[in-house]
Amino acid sequence: MHKYILRRLLMMIPVLIGVMFIIFVLDYIRPGCPSRVILGEAASPEAIARVREELRLDDPFLIRFGSFVGNALTLDFGRSWQTNRPVFQEIFARFPNTMQLAGMSVIFALLMGVPLGILSATKQYSIFDIIANFTGLLAAAIPNFWLGMMMVILFGVNLRIFPTSGWGTPMHWVMPVVAIGASSAAIIMRMTRSSMLECIRSDYIRTARAKGQKESVVIFKHALRNALIPVTTVAGLTFGALLGGAVLTETIFAIPGLGRFMVEAISQMDQPLVQGGVLLIAISFSLVNLLVDILYAFIDPRIRSQYR
Amino acid sequence: MENQKPKKKRSQFLEVWRRFKRNPIALVGMGIIILQILLAVFADVIAPGDGWSPGFNMQDWGNSRQFPSAENWFGTDHLGRDVFNRIVHGSRISLQVGAVVVSISMIIGVTLGAVAGFFGGVADNIIMRIIDIILAVPNILLAIAISAALGPSLVNVMIAVGVGAIPAYARQVRAQVVSLREQEFVEAARSIGASNFRLIRRHIMPNAMSPIIIEATMGFATAIAVAAALSFIGLGLEPPTPEWGAMLSDGRRYMLAGYWHMTLFPGLAIAFVIFGINMMGDGLRDALDPKLRSGGMSKGRFEKLRRAQIALTNKGADTNVKK
Repeated sequence: MHKYILRRLLMMIPVLIGVMFIIFVLDYIRPGCPSRVILGEAASPEAIARVREELRLDDPFLIRFGSFVGNALTLDFGRSWQTNRPVFQEIFARFPNTMQLAGMSVIFALLMGVPLGILSATKQYSIFDIIANFTGLLAAAIPNFWLGMMMVILFGVNLRIFPTSGWGTPMHWVMPVVAIGASSAAIIMRMTRSSMLECIRSDYIRTARAKGQKESVVIFKHALRNALIPVTTVAGLTFGALLGGAVLTETIFAIPGLGRFMVEAISQMDQPLVQGGVLLIAISFSLVNLLVDILYAFIDPRIRSQYR
Repeated sequence: MENQKPKKKRSQFLEVWRRFKRNPIALVGMGIIILQILLAVFADVIAPGDGWSPGFNMQDWGNSRQFPSAENWFGTDHLGRDVFNRIVHGSRISLQVGAVVVSISMIIGVTLGAVAGFFGGVADNIIMRIIDIILAVPNILLAIAISAALGPSLVNVMIAVGVGAIPAYARQVRAQVVSLREQEFVEAARSIGASNFRLIRRHIMPNAMSPIIIEATMGFATAIAVAAALSFIGLGLEPPTPEWGAMLSDGRRYMLAGYWHMTLFPGLAIAFVIFGINMMGDGLRDALDPKLRSGGMSKGRFEKLRRAQIALTNKGADTNVKK
């Protein structure tokens, strides 16, 4: 098990170098000169030459990429072109808010999706099942940023139940978390339902029922534990979507997180911030996926035996 | 004897259609898509221009931010443009983006997946590692990073959204090809001298089509959603293009002032189309592969993929260690 985790962590390194390469190339091909972004259009040629020298913009491509990777390894992403503060500091001041938002959304999605999925599977073709399925399809179709805006209009502006922007108190959390988590909840619900249906029809469930086991034990102990494995995968995968969704939702609710910060950085062409932010999100996404894979081992002994 | 006519072979397409049309939800979904296509084709008839400006950009400053009325069904925006007209014209953009993104990413993804699965070895390792890299960045974020670098334009939006869609096809196709390439009919074709290209094109790909078609359908919806998100944060198309995401971005500026109609209707349009595509995709999944039940992967299929993934992970790790 330890060997497996170590191996997976080692495998993250080439992937992350690849991500850095993409980020770097995207910056490289971008039209416009960084020194103009930093100094403004009216800068003198001497000042521009000095900044170009400072940022080593005239070095060959591979040397620049090498030093970018080297610096990134020591968590040095340079300084923001707008505020001139270290990128690492800027990002880490905001990252916890984004992680908190994404984390709460995952929990919300699981709390909504799994029970509704179980209920829908155990009462297949009932009116509840049909309504839940239809709502699920609908929720999966709604763009999260639009849902956020509609909630602001309804609950924030008209009914005045929740604050329309900001972060910090539980009242601030409700709308963004629901907005981001709704479509994931729908996906998890549908996954739980189909996975549960498959389990309920299997032989060991018939055996459990035949030996006179209580229905609740059959569902929650025998069926659910087996049905949850694919649900775990989906939950892990949607975490990436949730992190991405946080970017848009933070903009709507003016949440001081990494997403909104990066959108601002992009519009101000503040490249070091964008690079650091994308990399940090890629790292956390990869770690979450690793965590999900490790989680399998705890849920399913069959998979545990394969991790060697 | 004359009664025993040879039983006519039904084409696979008819077979799939027969199963598809029994599913009312799927038919509703298809109806929504057809409606959408009709709106896009006849946009200039439904919402005509006035000779000076096209139907989506007829500004009327004296009539701005009007709530929905008999005159303007969906109200007017901050420049006095009719929201309904803009939504009708916007369906052109969305369908265009969806179609192009799906085509590009499908062609690239299927090719990569087929090569990786068929040849295995080094090619497989390189291609799948590249796919891993793309997958490590959440879809929307990747699109944001790419379109921020390329600048706002319709083509760039398509590229930005398309790159993130490649891995899904590549992985699906690779898994299919790996399981198909050892089958006897492929072996038979190889033994009579079929080239690798012919083996892939004539013998393997036709058997791997169902998941690709399903993926493409769902990919269409994702493409529309991601493109709308890009426009929403200002990385999409330049104004006055009636892109639904860009309309939402306009709506956000007047959201707190209570002009709900500028936000409600463009979002409904996006949700409506995606809803239709998803319903149709679900129906297609059931019709193409009756073994799979809608609502995601079946457990058996999941186990198979999962085992393949673990095997791949171990293999990849081994080669890394050797280095």
